[in-house]
Amino acid sequence: MTLVAVARLVAAKDLRIEWRSRVVLNQVMPFAALVMILFAFALDNDAALTRVAPGLVWLAALFSMLVVVQRSFAVEAADGALDALRVAGVRSDGIFLGKSAALALQLAVLEAVLLLAAVVLYQVDIGAGSIPLLLVTFVAATLGLSFVGTLYGGLASGASGRETLLPLLMLPVVAPVLIGATRATEAALGTNGASSSEGWPWVGLMVLFGVLFGAGGTLAFGSLVDE
Amino acid sequence: MAGSLEVGHPAPVTCHLTDAIGGTTRVGFTEAVSVSSVSVAVVDLRGVVAVQGGFPVLAGADLAVTRGEIVLLRGPNGAGKTSLLRMCAGLLPIERGEASVLGHDLTVDRTAVRRRVGLLGHANGLYGDLTVADNVAFWGATVGASADEIAASMRRMGLADRLRDVKVGALSAGQRRRTALACLVARRAELWLLDEPHAGLDAAGRDDLDATLRDAAASGATVLVASHELERAGALATRVVEVVGGVVRAPAAGGEVG
Repeated sequence: MTLVAVARLVAAKDLRIEWRSRVVLNQVMPFAALVMILFAFALDNDAALTRVAPGLVWLAALFSMLVVVQRSFAVEAADGALDALRVAGVRSDGIFLGKSAALALQLAVLEAVLLLAAVVLYQVDIGAGSIPLLLVTFVAATLGLSFVGTLYGGLASGASGRETLLPLLMLPVVAPVLIGATRATEAALGTNGASSSEGWPWVGLMVLFGVLFGAGGTLAFGSLVDE
Repeated sequence: MAGSLEVGHPAPVTCHLTDAIGGTTRVGFTEAVSVSSVSVAVVDLRGVVAVQGGFPVLAGADLAVTRGEIVLLRGPNGAGKTSLLRMCAGLLPIERGEASVLGHDLTVDRTAVRRRVGLLGHANGLYGDLTVADNVAFWGATVGASADEIAASMRRMGLADRLRDVKVGALSAGQRRRTALACLVARRAELWLLDEPHAGLDAAGRDDLDATLRDAAASGATVLVASHELERAGALATRVVEVVGGVVRAPAAGGEVG
């Protein structure tokens, strides 16, 4: 099978699992919304919330992503399916890209909900002029996060204590995406007087990050899950 | 070959006939594959040593298995039966010795053979949130099986009717085992590596499994079964070998069956 065919097969399988189980819909999305509400309770200041909203959206996205990544590899480990994929000779680069694509799609939906929550809870104003940069920011950040999530999810999946190991491994690595996405979102929304031109260099950083981890994961995922 | 077991069985030609077994055999049971009259070593192990977690799980294993055989691996717990199966599936690194499976030299490349073998271990390799039909379709699709072949795989293991749209997580252990076997059938493996395949199956399931394995062997596949159910698996096998301490030994008298 070609790389694209394997990636499509694996992505369709992961999305079908979500469609049948509704875990992201029924558990992760309420969790993400709860995090946004708790941030509001903790800060309890409308002006401050609007000012820090971009950072809170991306923090909530990161926390939610941890749950989705753990879930994505828990279903592989529960009955030895990842092992079975190795035995079946399914190409590991296809598994990596397929799982990354499924994760990206689920993350994109989550991020859209989080942004909506920011509009409702934090009085964030999204003007028509901010949409292009906002869209590109969300796409670049989502791809970067998906590649890192899949890579580190696969790395941690064979380890004991994987549930606690994953955040420890992954959160420091995604710091550049958190910073880049927050700054670019601030620029898109004009938060703290930022202009949209200030956002594009951060988008460039996230694209570079995504390319590096996408290429690295495609090459290294096989040996990570094999040994 | 030192230590190899040829109990009442024609000596295999232990050469690597890649043309003969290099990917031309596809066992879907819908079309019979002619079995060559030439005895070809599908599995050819010579003095294989494998270490896992610092512990030698195979300590100089020799074994030759020819196409169409159903070989029962018997032996006590921890003897190396599962390790032998995993090594043949290319999952276990080889420290020393020679190992050829389906013409692939596993000391050089352990990955190429994987697409052509089907391993059923203690885990079933299923997705609990997917239905029986979803699971069989997914595993069949990994080798490009058609919808008809996938449906035939489910029929063969008695899953085509009321169970096909049930989530695997809601099935009994025996039904999950049946589903895993249907996935294996859909994958059209040339070498079946089964670890306690009868575990959890009811009488009808065991009969279905035995019939499936006999059909697979008759169609040109080769089957290695590790089992403690000696009576059942022994009746199925064309040959019995004993694994003790990571070494393949000659069986006790009466080891030849079938």
